Amino acid sequence: MTHATENSSRPGDDRRADYIRIQDFSFYYGSKQALFDVTMDIPERQVTAFIGPSGCGKSTLLRNLNRMNDLIDGVRHEGDVLVNGESIYDPHIEVISLRKRIGMVFQKSNPFPKSIYENVVYPLRVAGQNTRSVLDETVERSLRGAALWDEAKDRLHESALSLSGGQMQRLCIARAIANRPEILLMDEPCSALDPIATVKVEELIHDLKREFTIVIVTHNMQQATRCSDRTALFYLGKLIEYADTQKIFSNPAQKQTEDYITGRFG
Amino acid sequence: MSAAKAPSLTKTHAAPGEPLVWLTAMGLALGLLMVAGLLGVIVANGVPVFWPAPLVEVTLKPGVQNPVPGGGETFVGRLVQQRVKRTPVLDAAGRPQADQSELQYFIGNKDGYGSNFVFINRADIAKTRTPKDILVIERMEYGPAFGFPQRLATSDGKTLSASDPAFPGALRALVAEGNARRRALETIEKRDIGRINAEMNELKIRGRDSSAPTKAMTALEARYETLASEARALRLLQTAATLTYQLPNGAVKELPIGNILGYYQPNQIGIFRKLGLFLHNIWNFLSQDPREANTEGGVFPAIFGTFVMTMLMSLAVVPFGVIAAIYLREYARQGFFVRAVRIAINNLAGVPSIVFGVFGLGFFVYFLGGSIDKTFFGDYLPTPTFGTGGILWAALTLALMTVPVVIVATEEAIAAVPRGMKEGSLACGASKWQTIQRIILPASLPGILTGLVLAMARGAGEVAPLMLVGVVKLAPSLPIDGEFPFLHPERKFMHLGFHIYDLGFQSPDSEAAKPMVFATTLLLILLVVALNLFAIVIRERLRKKYATGAF
Ligand SMILES: Nc1ncnc2c1ncn2[C@@H]1O[C@H](COP(=O)(O)OP(=O)(O)O)[C@@H](O)[C@H]1O
Ligand SMILES: [Mg+2]
Repeated sequence: MTHATENSSRPGDDRRADYIRIQDFSFYYGSKQALFDVTMDIPERQVTAFIGPSGCGKSTLLRNLNRMNDLIDGVRHEGDVLVNGESIYDPHIEVISLRKRIGMVFQKSNPFPKSIYENVVYPLRVAGQNTRSVLDETVERSLRGAALWDEAKDRLHESALSLSGGQMQRLCIARAIANRPEILLMDEPCSALDPIATVKVEELIHDLKREFTIVIVTHNMQQATRCSDRTALFYLGKLIEYADTQKIFSNPAQKQTEDYITGRFG
Repeated sequence: MSAAKAPSLTKTHAAPGEPLVWLTAMGLALGLLMVAGLLGVIVANGVPVFWPAPLVEVTLKPGVQNPVPGGGETFVGRLVQQRVKRTPVLDAAGRPQADQSELQYFIGNKDGYGSNFVFINRADIAKTRTPKDILVIERMEYGPAFGFPQRLATSDGKTLSASDPAFPGALRALVAEGNARRRALETIEKRDIGRINAEMNELKIRGRDSSAPTKAMTALEARYETLASEARALRLLQTAATLTYQLPNGAVKELPIGNILGYYQPNQIGIFRKLGLFLHNIWNFLSQDPREANTEGGVFPAIFGTFVMTMLMSLAVVPFGVIAAIYLREYARQGFFVRAVRIAINNLAGVPSIVFGVFGLGFFVYFLGGSIDKTFFGDYLPTPTFGTGGILWAALTLALMTVPVVIVATEEAIAAVPRGMKEGSLACGASKWQTIQRIILPASLPGILTGLVLAMARGAGEVAPLMLVGVVKLAPSLPIDGEFPFLHPERKFMHLGFHIYDLGFQSPDSEAAKPMVFATTLLLILLVVALNLFAIVIRERLRKKYATGAF
């Protein structure tokens, strides 16, 4: 753990500052390059926000962290991504076990056409866990974690599709944390939500960071200031600036960052 | 004034292309009209078969030749249709007559008259009346008899005149008794003796080398003897009592009671009794075995055969189609080869069905069936077991024919599953197969069922390939029965589609069979509709369950 302490952001803290290590990472959709030589370290159990104008590659980078982009035909990458010191592209690592360690919440909420209960325990079921007591306990813990327990506890066996849009997104969060992943990836989780639901999800993010390393893509700069510790600004596939959120928004080092946060482009 | 200022707002009907709406609507209307017309023709021709229509006595004008032998100036029949003659009838002066219509009557009594139908010019008819006492007798042979009852000769040598008040009751009791005896006979001959025959065959094949009759064989033969003599006794009883009746042309006939299935007086019974008979006739048609080269009796074995064959086909076609579609959509690398395969599949759906029949005969029957026979049923050769047409081979042949439909429908359904749902499952750490099994397949079940509906609609109505791989005019036994192993996939079977063809084109008296053709067609349509409705109901239930939400 000597390595970890060396890289800690704050002395005396056991959280690794380079929990996720992205090294010279470039990514191509066919011949189109979407990311250019991105290098950054994402700290453990903190919230890191990716901001930037549409199409700058935020989702692409996020979806590479759990190798979701592997599903697309004709993609390739250069460079490497390490999670807790291990390369996710290591041929010995199975992509399924990687995804079990990394939960993901999508921009468009995507509950399965099953009951609320079955939605939450889905990650356990596919991992072969069918013990009733474990599943019950998981449902309660995850729904509480996603601040949905009070609303859903009496209708666990109703279809998830009967929930409202905000509830569905919180259900997806509950599902993403059900199997106690280490990392939680969120791709604009609030973009389809009303302001009240957005506040709930933001509070949730705040609570969840005690347990999870969170990477969140957001369009909304207020959201980034409200709930993230570190912020990375992307533009046209390049990482422009990456620093503590406070610093980015109060005293950006780059002219481009200042232009973006003051709304001069993007 | 304001209207003149803004004409474009009011003259919407002149918008470009708008009249085309009417054209498309007309296309739809035409299509619906054709369907309605088709169903109308079939219903109008098929339903009257079951209606107990009155019998009329026709008196001909003097000098007109009576088509019924020995009938004098009259004959009795049931009006079938009225039509205009194709070749005009001339009167004495050589001019065409005013009334050119001709009537077709069903005169029954084929054993007495030789033919079932007569045509008569309407102009030649002097008068008609409905004789009160005439009886329609449904019997085992020669179709119905029309006649006036005279007397009943019971087995104890007594006779009972038709004018005796006890006559109707006695006739009813005797006919009921005869029907019960016939059922008992059927049980003995079809089931019990059939079983013994099967056991004997088995024994013979196993003991082919040793010529000495074994103990088991003698026991079987003894059992056979008892049953056979039982049957003989019943048979004798069936002919012990007779009904004597007079045909409308004066001839007197005697009919063993055992040959009578039922009887009624069409000119006396009221509307409710007629309705009852109508329903009774329909029920008999649905539930009984055919008689007399399929032109009489029911079509139960054909309904059953069609149903079982379609079910077997569905059982075969769904797994094949779904697995192929999953592979094509989820696993195969999308490229030239997969595109070529897709085109080939689509073309397969357009191959004439008889080609599949030939393939089924060559591959399933001769090759697969022949090999099975050699390996497992060598003892029975040269009598083929699977090496001849059978319901299994027919179902597989049709499954092959309809599998493209299922593949295409399933592929579309899989493609319609939202990408987000697949990604959500994978992000939860599910493998590709788990995602297919738990998310994609349930969500595409409605689409798969749509494919099945289309496949059944095509498969249940197909006749040509079946003629090569196992359908027969008259099957001795059903493909599913109480005999172990209950489902007999090697058996030949009857099919409604083939039954229609057989009735209409292969029966000795196609004129008599024509109404049956329509009735059977109606039934085939109803069966296909029922199967489809069943699948559609399931699909709607699944749709509700797996609706993919508002997003
Ligand atoms: N599946 C894909 N195939 C090809 N190009 C893609 C695909 N997904 C995203 N891109 C391209 O990659 C770039 C980055 O996209 P994305 O990461 O979705 O941007 P962001 O999430 O920042 O809005 C965009 O130019 C987009 O057009
Ligand atoms: Mg995005």
